Amino acid sequence: MSDAGAPRPAGGWPRGLRCRFTKHGKVRFTSQRDVARMWERALRRSGLPVAWSEGFSPRPLLSFGLALPTGCESDAEYVDVRLEGEGGDVAPAQGTAVAEAALAPLVQLLTSLLPDGVDVAAVVALSGDTQSLQQQVTSCTWELEVQGVTARDLATRVEHLLGAASVPIRRERKGKLVDDDLRPGILALAPFERAPTGPPNQTVTGHLRADLATQPRGIRPMELLEGLGTDLVLVRACRTHQWIEHEGTRREPVPDEAAVRPAARAPHATERAT
Amino acid sequence: METLWPVIEPLLGRVAKPARYIGGEQGAVGKAHAPGRVAWLLCYPDTYEIGLPNQGLQILYEILNERPDAVAERTYAPWVDMEAAMRAAGVPLFSLEQHLPAAAFDVLAFNLSAELVYTNVVNLIDLAGLPVHAADRGPGHPLVVAGGHCAFNPEPLADFVDAFVLGDGEEVVGEVHDVVARWLGDGRPDRRSLLAALADLEGVYVPALYDVHYKGGRLAAVVPRDGAPSRVEKRTVSDLAAWPYPRHQLVPLTEVVHDRLNVEVFRGCTRGCRFCQAGMITRPVRERPAEQVRTMVREGLERTGYDEVALTSLSTADFSDIEGTVRDIISDPRHGERVSVSLPSLRVDAFTVGTAAEIQRVRRTGLTFAPEGGTWRMRRVINKLIREEDLYSAVDAAFSQGWRRVKLYFLIGLPTETDEDVLGIAELGRRCVEIGRRYQRSVTVTASVGGFVPKPQTPFQWSGQLGVAELRRRVNLLKDACRGVRGLTLRWHDPEASAVEGLASRGDRRMGAVVERVWRAGGTFQEWSERFDLALWEEALAAEGLSIEGEVERERTEEEVLPWDHLSAGLHRDFLWSDWQDALGAVGVEDCRWTPCYDCGACTAYGLEHVVASPRPPAGGSQGTGQDLGAGDRVPVRFLTGAPAT
Repeated sequence: MSDAGAPRPAGGWPRGLRCRFTKHGKVRFTSQRDVARMWERALRRSGLPVAWSEGFSPRPLLSFGLALPTGCESDAEYVDVRLEGEGGDVAPAQGTAVAEAALAPLVQLLTSLLPDGVDVAAVVALSGDTQSLQQQVTSCTWELEVQGVTARDLATRVEHLLGAASVPIRRERKGKLVDDDLRPGILALAPFERAPTGPPNQTVTGHLRADLATQPRGIRPMELLEGLGTDLVLVRACRTHQWIEHEGTRREPVPDEAAVRPAARAPHATERAT
Repeated sequence: METLWPVIEPLLGRVAKPARYIGGEQGAVGKAHAPGRVAWLLCYPDTYEIGLPNQGLQILYEILNERPDAVAERTYAPWVDMEAAMRAAGVPLFSLEQHLPAAAFDVLAFNLSAELVYTNVVNLIDLAGLPVHAADRGPGHPLVVAGGHCAFNPEPLADFVDAFVLGDGEEVVGEVHDVVARWLGDGRPDRRSLLAALADLEGVYVPALYDVHYKGGRLAAVVPRDGAPSRVEKRTVSDLAAWPYPRHQLVPLTEVVHDRLNVEVFRGCTRGCRFCQAGMITRPVRERPAEQVRTMVREGLERTGYDEVALTSLSTADFSDIEGTVRDIISDPRHGERVSVSLPSLRVDAFTVGTAAEIQRVRRTGLTFAPEGGTWRMRRVINKLIREEDLYSAVDAAFSQGWRRVKLYFLIGLPTETDEDVLGIAELGRRCVEIGRRYQRSVTVTASVGGFVPKPQTPFQWSGQLGVAELRRRVNLLKDACRGVRGLTLRWHDPEASAVEGLASRGDRRMGAVVERVWRAGGTFQEWSERFDLALWEEALAAEGLSIEGEVERERTEEEVLPWDHLSAGLHRDFLWSDWQDALGAVGVEDCRWTPCYDCGACTAYGLEHVVASPRPPAGGSQGTGQDLGAGDRVPVRFLTGAPAT
């Protein structure tokens, strides 16, 4: 819609884009649905030729993969955007230098159209046959800040959890309580040290880094915490990576060499001159 | 001034919909607070989702923030879970832009769009850390003001609010600002001097400057003192084109009601529906020039990324050249193919459906019409002059053009209503289903029925309101009549909530104590059915020696002093009374936009005129068919000419 929109690459638009973005700060309290709507509005303003679904109630074809729980932050969110693609030069050369150069202006443009805290880190072309994020992503790395436990106690609990053959948990699925085992989904778990982020606090805080499986079904940070003890309070959770595991090696859906550097962030459109 | 964010943040993990409390909307303004800058906190006394889209609040927000000597932020009522968390953690009411404490602002300004929020107003004043009674506040406290439609009878809130503003806020907000700035500049002297200066402004009502007398349990007199005007007149913006606001509509990060671009196409309505307070208090009709509408739509869509725009007013189908405007919007290539236009208030006729068909090429789900009364007699009483043929042709047009659902709005408990009028609703619904079946196998007609609440500053202000039991009997009558009619669904509004709405609508100053008791008993968010509790109100009334029968159900006499008689929406009392008598005689009046003036007072009292682009009623119009509307050229209206200011 906007005249000042995204410049069309010389070879035409690819069939789709995969965008890597962050969710930091106050905006982390928005839901996954809210994030989808932010993207829809930003894409409309960008002038990109987004493809729409057919049928009675057409929607733009966006797909976000694994939902980030409301309140969690992320260094590594992804959205796949289907375009009315011409399948030009940049596709399906996903990740190649040509594609990156052609799509590089979108990083700044989209960041400027998205709210504060949602920064686009990289945009790559997507070929028609790429699997969906939901299918591809097999695990996520999380950094968690917890309250109510000393560092020593936390280390003991982690050790205990990792040593257990199974970790039963009761959770609600489709309105019913089911018993489940957390243990197989915990791929890695370790405490780590970090200077406090917030204002000084009397409460003891500890930090954890965890690799949690997303398949066959995902484990949420809250569930992991329950496994460590119901007295723990989750203060902050940040998804730092999403991983695609294939034949023993893992990679990110979009490599993080292009990951956002705070200094290089484009300005956001939240404020206006007064 | 320090932000409360570090103490708010830990609460947000524990409450529902935390995005309500983070701000960060596109269009939000975060200006520095500084000496010499008056700080306004604009408060909407309902949830964020309901309050954010409010255009009145957004207009004032922009006008204030455009001034270098003002900063305006916003707040909404925190939901019950958040309020509990805030009170437990000692966190006061805060602004969304910079998360600053409410008490650090100079003015708290409330938007009053509905009566059932009154307990929330008191709650927010308390949550801000202020004494709830205006009389207990000192020079160190913020000024508490309120405006919006309910300000036309603000007596139930007179104990809590320092000043009310009547009518359009665009101009008067600056005048209030100047008075407050002067008072702050003088070092915040005695609060009474501030109130006296405010009372000097046209359109501002300071209840503390009026003594109220009662006799025999009834209001006897409202007497101004210290030079306060005996009658406060509303403010009216004569030319909407001079106020193309909001220019930067807020785009929320989370879902809200009416989540779309909204462009106001005109203000005021002279259809003359006698139950409609909005139509009575916002006269005369002032259209925005179509060219300015197009500009606001284009710029708004580009800036926000919305794919839907609503053209708002009290009756958008009456906008001059509505079809041309709509056609231009949907065919503008700059908007892309997917932009949809919504007309929130359709007129009941086939012609209007044609316009709707043009803009809703896809997604033809439901259309809504508001015949309001079940019989032609009833509709003449309320002056909603829609004939049955009009409704049937509208419904025929809708179903034949692919819509599957039609929703019909009705009021029950209207003055002079008989069981026959009530049953007429079921009959209309049944006929509409029949019409739909000619075109589609499965159709749904929903009749949505609300209990009539007489509103101040309308011809029905003297009318009795039906009691809960009788209202319920009539709903049941209707339920029985609709039962077994396949395709017809009946929905009704809780009669108990209508009773309390009536209490707050026409209550005098004694209602303040009732509102306070309900608030102290925990009765916030009374417009939410899961929170509404009639028992709280009945207990509070009993404790104050009042009753629903006496305050709500009783018909008023011509001689009686009404609690809002000293406040004026421009309408002459004798016009309202004669219109009330016409209503009782089932006599309709015409729309004075296109027919000669009947001197309601709204234009003549303020030296105003209607501002419309077309001297004739809309082609093919139905509201009014059967009347002689031919004399349209002789109307006292000013026609829009030349290029509008944008």
